[in-house]
Amino acid sequence: MITQENTIEVSIGSALEYLDLVQLVTDCITRFMEFDEDSSHWIGMSVRESVTNAIQHGNKLDQNKKVAIRFEVSPEQLDVYVTDQGNGFRIEDLPSPLDPENLLKPSGRGIFYIQSFMDSVEFRKLSRGGMEVHMVKRVSSN
Amino acid sequence: MKIETRTVGDVQILDCSGKITLGEGTMAVRNTVRDVLKNGGKKIILNLADVNYIDSSGIGELVSSYTTVTNQGGKLKLLSLTKKIQELLAITKLLTVFSVYDNEQQAIASF
Repeated sequence: MITQENTIEVSIGSALEYLDLVQLVTDCITRFMEFDEDSSHWIGMSVRESVTNAIQHGNKLDQNKKVAIRFEVSPEQLDVYVTDQGNGFRIEDLPSPLDPENLLKPSGRGIFYIQSFMDSVEFRKLSRGGMEVHMVKRVSSN
Repeated sequence: MKIETRTVGDVQILDCSGKITLGEGTMAVRNTVRDVLKNGGKKIILNLADVNYIDSSGIGELVSSYTTVTNQGGKLKLLSLTKKIQELLAITKLLTVFSVYDNEQQAIASF
């Protein structure tokens, strides 16, 4: 049981090889917070999808650019912030993967899955450059 | 990620196990399906019973494989979805695209 707030921060280079490491850290945190198996799985997947986007689409695999992942742990909820150093995007510009013309596209489902499995998701362009994704999973929704 | 290919009559069954995630996992699925097509296989079953993890790229690879096989006159069907894969396909309306079976004999007989 979590009784106090805590912050865990991880910074990685823009390489897909780090995804398993981020997943491992996420799994440890959700286990520590006593999320059930299903919730832990979907939180882990959401963080992985977000970091994949940051590496691939945000930083465009540029090894000189970093992806920062910040986990804010509290008794009530887990807040995860994923920040890249790319040009950012407007969420409203992304096509819906549910539209019939997009159903058979090989990509474009990651953000939809994040929005489906987390309690809230916000996308923000940072004034210093880069994009921040803020995901929340409440312990009560566990 | 590991894929073992079995032949039952003229049906190729691809027993997948491990993780289908961006990179090694998605490439393994793509290459194995392409190899089956190259060798003349037109009836393909992807057995996902032992896939313990899949991400959106893995789901995308299932869609790509489906499209590739269909475009070449073949059929690709899914067997033994885990609860989580089923949920990922359901919420993105892909259960309406794929033929899905829980039983291998029924999947084979469906071609």
